[in-house]
Amino acid sequence: MEDVFNIRVEDGYQEDEEIQVVAFRLGNEEYAVDILYVQEIIRLLNITRVPRSAQHIEGVVNLRGSIIPIANLHSRFDLQFSENQDDKRIIVFKFDEVQVGIIVDEVSEVLRIHQNDIEAADKVYGTLEADHIKGIAKVGERLLILLDLAKIFEAGW
Amino acid sequence: MKMDMSQYLDVFLEESKEHLGNLNEQLLNLEKNPGNLAALNEIFRAAHTLKGMSSTMGFEDLADLTHHLEDVLSDLKEGLLQPDTYVVDTLFQCLDRVQSIISQIESNGSAEYNNQDLIAILNSIKNQNYTGDIQLIEDKQKPATAQTEEPSIELDFNEYELTVMEEAACKNYQIAAIRVAVDPGSLMKSVRAFMVFKVLEEDSEVIKSIPAVTDLEDGKFDETFDVVVITKTPLPVLIDRLEHISEIRVDSSHLVNIDQLPLHRDDIDVMKSDQKTTEQVDTKRNHKIKQTVRVDIDRLDNLMNLVGELVMHKGRLGQIASNRRIVELNETIEQIDRISTDLQSVVMKVRMVPIEQVFNRFPRMVRDLAKELNKEIEFIMEGKETELDRTVIDEIGDPLIHLLRNAIDHGLESPSVRTQKGKPRIGTIILRARHEGNSVFIEVEDDGAGIQIERVKNKAVAKGIITAKEAEEMTAEQAVDLLFSPGFSTAENITDVSGRGVGLDVVKSKIESLNGEIQVDSKPGQGTKFVVKLPLTLAIIQALMVAVRDEIYAIPLSTVNETTMLSSEDIRLIQNQEVIVLRGNVLPLYRLDSLLEVPGETQSDESYVVVVHKGNKQIGLVVDRLIGQQEIVIKSLGKVLAGTPGIAGAIVAGDGNVRLILDIDTLF
Repeated sequence: MEDVFNIRVEDGYQEDEEIQVVAFRLGNEEYAVDILYVQEIIRLLNITRVPRSAQHIEGVVNLRGSIIPIANLHSRFDLQFSENQDDKRIIVFKFDEVQVGIIVDEVSEVLRIHQNDIEAADKVYGTLEADHIKGIAKVGERLLILLDLAKIFEAGW
Repeated sequence: MKMDMSQYLDVFLEESKEHLGNLNEQLLNLEKNPGNLAALNEIFRAAHTLKGMSSTMGFEDLADLTHHLEDVLSDLKEGLLQPDTYVVDTLFQCLDRVQSIISQIESNGSAEYNNQDLIAILNSIKNQNYTGDIQLIEDKQKPATAQTEEPSIELDFNEYELTVMEEAACKNYQIAAIRVAVDPGSLMKSVRAFMVFKVLEEDSEVIKSIPAVTDLEDGKFDETFDVVVITKTPLPVLIDRLEHISEIRVDSSHLVNIDQLPLHRDDIDVMKSDQKTTEQVDTKRNHKIKQTVRVDIDRLDNLMNLVGELVMHKGRLGQIASNRRIVELNETIEQIDRISTDLQSVVMKVRMVPIEQVFNRFPRMVRDLAKELNKEIEFIMEGKETELDRTVIDEIGDPLIHLLRNAIDHGLESPSVRTQKGKPRIGTIILRARHEGNSVFIEVEDDGAGIQIERVKNKAVAKGIITAKEAEEMTAEQAVDLLFSPGFSTAENITDVSGRGVGLDVVKSKIESLNGEIQVDSKPGQGTKFVVKLPLTLAIIQALMVAVRDEIYAIPLSTVNETTMLSSEDIRLIQNQEVIVLRGNVLPLYRLDSLLEVPGETQSDESYVVVVHKGNKQIGLVVDRLIGQQEIVIKSLGKVLAGTPGIAGAIVAGDGNVRLILDIDTLF
């Protein structure tokens, strides 16, 4: 159970200019989401396929008795799954009482990012994906793609 | 009292309903046994609480009524009054009024209600100058403050109306009360009422109508309604104009003298006696009252989930202990095992509510109905403590009311007929609830005439439900089942007590929607028994677990007719549709693996057909394996996946994996 850690929402913002994000890897790219939306991070569970559901829905899992849909952002963003199964995790998001999990190849860390280090998405991206992306965060040499979960939730995964 | 009380409204409504139920029950006890001091004390306490709650909430009319009610009760308690029929009937009427006020609060938040009629009666009882004339209150239109003037149109006004009338009187307008009768054959009562208002409003102002204008517009009144108008036109002229409207008659009318209107200014006296009674009650408070907490059912569901999960992990812990041979762990695991089993049953129990909640309103209903129909009934309730899931409790009330009404109206004979037949004069109706396995049985039994099979058959033939030939061949049981067929009972019943335009077919479909069953057992001359079988909870259903390649699905057993083995030579093709012939019937086959696009290949040559029904159609679902029948707890798939065609929900299987429940209606 040592891999399962809950993130307390109270620890969220300290100052206005800084946000805390959870950074994770999808394929070879690094992504990040606002920590306020993250309910918990769990190890990969048995996923039950849901026939006839949307293409990006991998299936459902049983999280302490609740049925939670698991979305597959790899297929959505057209990325390759990494080979290494051990590092895979499910990040469970909660947004307006709706819970959804996504499969990630690895959860890297929790970071504080200064607003100044975030580049608006439309400057970098010109594609459809820009809708779901808040911006690009520069952390040292790394580039993190900041997902706009509110938009993804609204679009209904 | 300008504090915002709205957040307490739900609690208020819930609790006042509880008190009201309690009041009704105890009042019935008191009626049966006038010397029952315990019942009286209970009534007093409940009425007092109700009063306190309503005045805290700022529902003045309700508080006022309960206050006067309490006055009478207090006199009863001190032996100054005797609970005779008149008094008890009045008290029942007050409870009914409280009920209507509460319903009104519930529907539109307004607690305004004119209770002067009842309060006047209560006062007259308190002053012991009532005549015991039941008519006085049975006919609501008669004011109790014995107005000896000729036509009796109920006149009680709220303060606003009184002010308007006072002003009008000062300006030499006259105030007239008119009772208008609409022809009973009139098809559009509301239109007639509208025309009355139109005529009156040509040169007068209607300040009050009973029932209220909105009710009149909806046609919600019997043959008559009352209006109070302020006018300068002479009354006879007004009446003459009204009489010119077709289908309208003026029943009675008179001018209102504003000085004679009852104005209540006795508040100070009232306060004093109130304080006294409060003290009395407080000293006797240390009576056992059940302590309860109200909890959102979602939280309980959540708790249940967590307990389920705990049980699962406990199993895993046990496995680790035995694999690694850790002996010390075993004892602890046994403890955890016991605790989690207890925990599970406690959580299950928390959701359960005694059926008492539903039953408690029935004695009152039976009593009223018996009076109305001139029948004498002993009403026995057994197994009130039987517990059912909250969700089922909420739904079961109406069907039971219908069955009881049915038993009283159609089942029991009138006292004279009973004596003729050599039966006891007083009929018996038994309402019984009991547990059996995972079901609850509720029985409504009467010792009346029983179902007359021939009459049922004749009626069914007359209604075109069956043919005369079918009727002849029918067994008694089949004939009794006719009672539940749609369109059997309605038409004749609409006007009488048990009908209200609802037939037994509606009762049956309601019970079936709760995954229950209903049966009738009737012996001619000896009585009828309706048996309703209900599941303990709605969240648990029986399902058939089937496997398709590596996936497992649950099919609700209620949709499954049968299962059979399938060998490839049985399959025929009709226009490219696979079918089999099952006992002479051609059954279309659908392969679950292709319906659900299950990945992988089927390895086994053997397969099975699950025959399911969708409406009246039968379809064969081809699956690889049958796993067996199981009781499953239904869980919702959540917002994101809700509405996926063919999937009704999910369950968590014993191994912790999620399995999906198929929805046959939307599967193909």
